[in-house]
Amino acid sequence: MNRLDRLRGPVPPRAHDARAIAALAANPGCARRALLDAAGVDKDGTARHLGFPAPFGQSQFAITRGNVFEALVKENGCAELLRLMRELLGLPVDQVGYQDVENVGSHLRASHTRALIDRAARELDAAVFYDHPMLSLEIAGHTAYLEPDVLAFQLGGRFHIVEIKSFAVIDGQAEPEKVAAAARQAAVYVMALRALMADLGHDPERVSHDVVLICPENFANRPTASLVDVRKQLAVLKRQLARMARVDRLLEGLPPELTFSLDPDDEGVPTRSARELAEALGRIPARYAPDCLSTCDMCMFCRDEARSCGSTDLLGRQVRDQLGGVAAASEALGLAEGTVVPGEGQEEIARVLRLANRLREECLT
Amino acid sequence: MSTLLALARLRAMRDGVAQRITTVRHCHVSERPMVFIPLKLAGEAAAPLGAMVGTDPDHPRLLVVPQPRNRDLRFAFAGELAEVLLPYIESFQKATETVEKKVGEPYERCLDAPQIVVPNRPAVAFTGLLGRSTRFRRVDGPYPVHPSVPLLGRWLTYFTDRASQPGSSLLLAATDVLGAHWATGQSGLEDANLAALVGWIDPPPGMSGPRAAEEAEDPLLWPPAGPATDPGFDNEVLGPAIRAYEDAPTARAVERVAQALRSQLEPTWRLTWRAVELLRALPEGSRVRDRWDADRGSFTRFVERIAEGGPPQARRDGAVGAAARLAGLERARAGYDVQRAYDDPLVMAEYRLTGEAFAGVVTGAEPEHFEGEGRSRKLRPLITVRTQDPVRLAPGAVLGSPDRRGHGAEVVGLAGGEITLKIVKGMGRGKTPAPGAVPQPGERVCYTSLTDDFQTSAALPDPEQTPWTHGGPPEEYAPSDDDAQEEWE
Ligand code: SF4
Repeated sequence: MNRLDRLRGPVPPRAHDARAIAALAANPGCARRALLDAAGVDKDGTARHLGFPAPFGQSQFAITRGNVFEALVKENGCAELLRLMRELLGLPVDQVGYQDVENVGSHLRASHTRALIDRAARELDAAVFYDHPMLSLEIAGHTAYLEPDVLAFQLGGRFHIVEIKSFAVIDGQAEPEKVAAAARQAAVYVMALRALMADLGHDPERVSHDVVLICPENFANRPTASLVDVRKQLAVLKRQLARMARVDRLLEGLPPELTFSLDPDDEGVPTRSARELAEALGRIPARYAPDCLSTCDMCMFCRDEARSCGSTDLLGRQVRDQLGGVAAASEALGLAEGTVVPGEGQEEIARVLRLANRLREECLT
Repeated sequence: MSTLLALARLRAMRDGVAQRITTVRHCHVSERPMVFIPLKLAGEAAAPLGAMVGTDPDHPRLLVVPQPRNRDLRFAFAGELAEVLLPYIESFQKATETVEKKVGEPYERCLDAPQIVVPNRPAVAFTGLLGRSTRFRRVDGPYPVHPSVPLLGRWLTYFTDRASQPGSSLLLAATDVLGAHWATGQSGLEDANLAALVGWIDPPPGMSGPRAAEEAEDPLLWPPAGPATDPGFDNEVLGPAIRAYEDAPTARAVERVAQALRSQLEPTWRLTWRAVELLRALPEGSRVRDRWDADRGSFTRFVERIAEGGPPQARRDGAVGAAARLAGLERARAGYDVQRAYDDPLVMAEYRLTGEAFAGVVTGAEPEHFEGEGRSRKLRPLITVRTQDPVRLAPGAVLGSPDRRGHGAEVVGLAGGEITLKIVKGMGRGKTPAPGAVPQPGERVCYTSLTDDFQTSAALPDPEQTPWTHGGPPEEYAPSDDDAQEEWE
């Protein structure tokens, strides 16, 4: 059995949903997440079983609103969408085809997408929207299928990823975090579509790095389109995937029988005790950062772990940088208060900390 | 993020309680602030769900939108909010004072100004969106609204714009101001949760800060401070209540939604007032008044602008306006930083850490030292200060001191922890220095290369030049029917 399969145990690998996809490029330095993702472990289920569910609920209002807006944009064979694309990209088209890949059974979706994209790339003909294309990405030697919630637009053999989001653009501005998350997610699709093109023997660069973001404008439901350049996100993602491809290095030194299996009993409850699972996870170093709280299903577990060892990671990267990377809060305080002798290379940070400590005392007494 | 702040966070982590990072308060706290806690419908840009608002902690006014997708109900909400907010704002407009200026005409300024306190930064942004979605409405034409609605929109926009002005206290986000005075043992990201932040600063008796912060993360114990609501609440409580209202829009159905919202708003209402109390208990920094004077001036200008029938603020700054505004904000930020350092030794310590300031004891003084000959002979007292601080100042550097207003010195030389300074400003016009103008041996002094030249300009912004933000006169807005009829779905 493959090492990664053993890590996951006898359950099928997780398809990556939107959150998982966007998170692939967040916190690239974390070995724990890299391994869990590489093995296709269900992180959400793992966190639940550990008693640390992630606080990622979704409001029915937001879901409804998202669906209503998406339906509106796609109405009449994407007529409105075509108008927006025409204006945005200056396209000389007035007709567009619409292919919903979801209409075929889920087991056929990937091959169907492949055939459609291949034909489009060859024929260079009329404009077509491909809805719900099933794309895949090699993650650490595994084919990870991406749950589709985007469209691919093709004209003259050039492709754009089109993402429909229901956050508003008001007077030309949207919430930066939301745009950033959408860009991270779209980059994954650009990469997957490029990989497919390359695999089919076409030029991957025919997939644009400018993705089209469709959002409601101002306070109405009217959609507006904007181009978002995702080159930066692509670069980060590429690095992270390369890192996961070198997963052997992460596996080095781990006991061969190590597993995070959530193998369920008859009632669907994982058979393994939470404690054993936590111990197994503890063997792989994490790199907790407060950002995890919005990006990774494991965040509550990792934060708890960081708390129990008094890690300066809890305070955020900026603080940690300010502390010259000293990992333990007690050590940093010891350096500041002169109770810990600075180790090699710590002289400078110890000097600054001691000075800071003296100034604080002086001002507060 | 400085090492001092990092250290304070480490201590908070160890001691289980937030640590002071200032010795004084750097914002104005009104005697009669208005607390405003808006909630919005998830997934929508600016659909108000309800709000709790008022100046009396014991008697909040609850505003409810039983069906947040209904346009008429939204405008009714805006009208009700105006009923509370506008009289409050107007109550400050009557009493004014005449301010004399060194150059130019004297002008009128309101004696006091309104202060709105919201729980967090997203609430500030939402206030701005409420302003944006109401200020262009018209009282006539195809979609008439009550006259108070566009006026409310202009005021909300004004307050939101002003909130981006460093040092302004007209609209405060509780998490921001608390975070500017205390460091917790958690991350800045987690400090955005008002309940967690207050838990660290002021945990309930018998509870540690981290424990209180942990409780604060349970939405059942501490509902989020808004404007976003807890998804669990949306799905289990609010959703059914709104559906019931849709089925039968009775008074009972409204009351059910109101109950639901009250349960989410009341804890935050109390927390926000708690934040006001915590801040009020801190001694006020000496330059806070100057900044509040500037706020009062700005407020007065906006009152006048409305009285003169000026148009609502434009949709967004033009390119030139935006650049000027940014430059203005940067200047204001720099000025605000320096003012805080002059007011607060713990803030000044940041600059001592980087060598831009130092404190020490005067070891020698030559008060009657002169420079030059004949008519250009000038009084230039010399002092020597011993310090342990890592000074990074070159000879010739011009220094100010928080100990004496108007005092100025120049670095003459540094040697072995001793710095020789030449006093160049603030010792009077006589042949000998004015009493107290030259520090005496044995006195503790602090000097810094941060200068407070801005003091006059920041304290009294020229009203003609700064009508309502530092961005210069706002771009002219030409009212249009489209804006007035813009959908608000
Ligand atoms: S939450 Fe844990 S596993 Fe996830 S990225 Fe952060 S440290 Fe890694």
